[in-house]
Amino acid sequence: MFYFPAMAESDVLRAPHVIEYTYTRSTGPVIGAFLTGLRDGKILGATTPAGRVVVPPTEYDPITSEEVGELVEVGQSGVVRTWSWAAHPLKDQPLDRPFAWALVLLDGADTAMLHVVDAAGPEAMSSGMRVTARWRPAGERIGHMKDIECFVAEGAS
Amino acid sequence: MSEPVTMLETPIKIEYEFTAGLAQSRYLKGISEGKFLGQRCPKCTKVYVPPRGSCPTDGVPTTDEVELGNTGIVTTYCVVNVPFQGQSIEIPYICAQILLDGANIAFMGLIQEVPTAEIRMGMRVEAVWVDKKDLGPTMASVKYFRPSGEPDAAYETFSEYL
Repeated sequence: MFYFPAMAESDVLRAPHVIEYTYTRSTGPVIGAFLTGLRDGKILGATTPAGRVVVPPTEYDPITSEEVGELVEVGQSGVVRTWSWAAHPLKDQPLDRPFAWALVLLDGADTAMLHVVDAAGPEAMSSGMRVTARWRPAGERIGHMKDIECFVAEGAS
Repeated sequence: MSEPVTMLETPIKIEYEFTAGLAQSRYLKGISEGKFLGQRCPKCTKVYVPPRGSCPTDGVPTTDEVELGNTGIVTTYCVVNVPFQGQSIEIPYICAQILLDGANIAFMGLIQEVPTAEIRMGMRVEAVWVDKKDLGPTMASVKYFRPSGEPDAAYETFSEYL
């Protein structure tokens, strides 16, 4: 359909647009402790009354809604449960080269955590592969998920 | 450094290319020539500005292009007194719905050159454009609206557009 015969498709205007909001959120005690742990190079999970370990920790048991108990440190390595290859990373994504989003079940945890795996290509990825955290240098860590730069295949770091 | 983490910055940003479409491209080209172009619905004869290419009431393409006047009526307004992040105009300022002469829908515009206490519904205003050499296909080409000095419009003439 074409309503202005004098106007070609190429006359349609285009322009770059940017929308940006920066929120500052209060973390609450549990996420706050988790982020503080990351800054210290530790990954913490929350223990539920049933004895499961939820990573990242939540304030309440995601199944029973009961308040979680103490925070415990879990392993820095684990198993990739599922993954998705990001062939064309967007600006501000964790890595500036193709990478995998992955759900990583850390040793000692009962829930998987979303993070990224730095791998040569999708052929280097598989569900069940073991990965280990690669941290930013201690001085650059601020208490943020990106304090873990990425995960890499175990033995590859 | 040893203080526990209690706050987290979560920036959300999206960068994209906006495609104006045929109707809005016509409108923006009109703006770059210093004029407001609307489009008329062939069924209900209402004139929409900025045009979207179709009539929201009848669902038909708006086929006729209409050049609108440089003057209009303040239908409603808001005096902005609250600062916010990214604000580019000094407060207080007036943001108004403006019904251009010949249009059947009001659009939003900045009102200047009038004390905030004097703004009122029905006030006649005119567009103030940037210098001719600075005109472009952007709403920044319209600097603001200001009182035109004409007598106020009667409420009945714009009550349909509130």
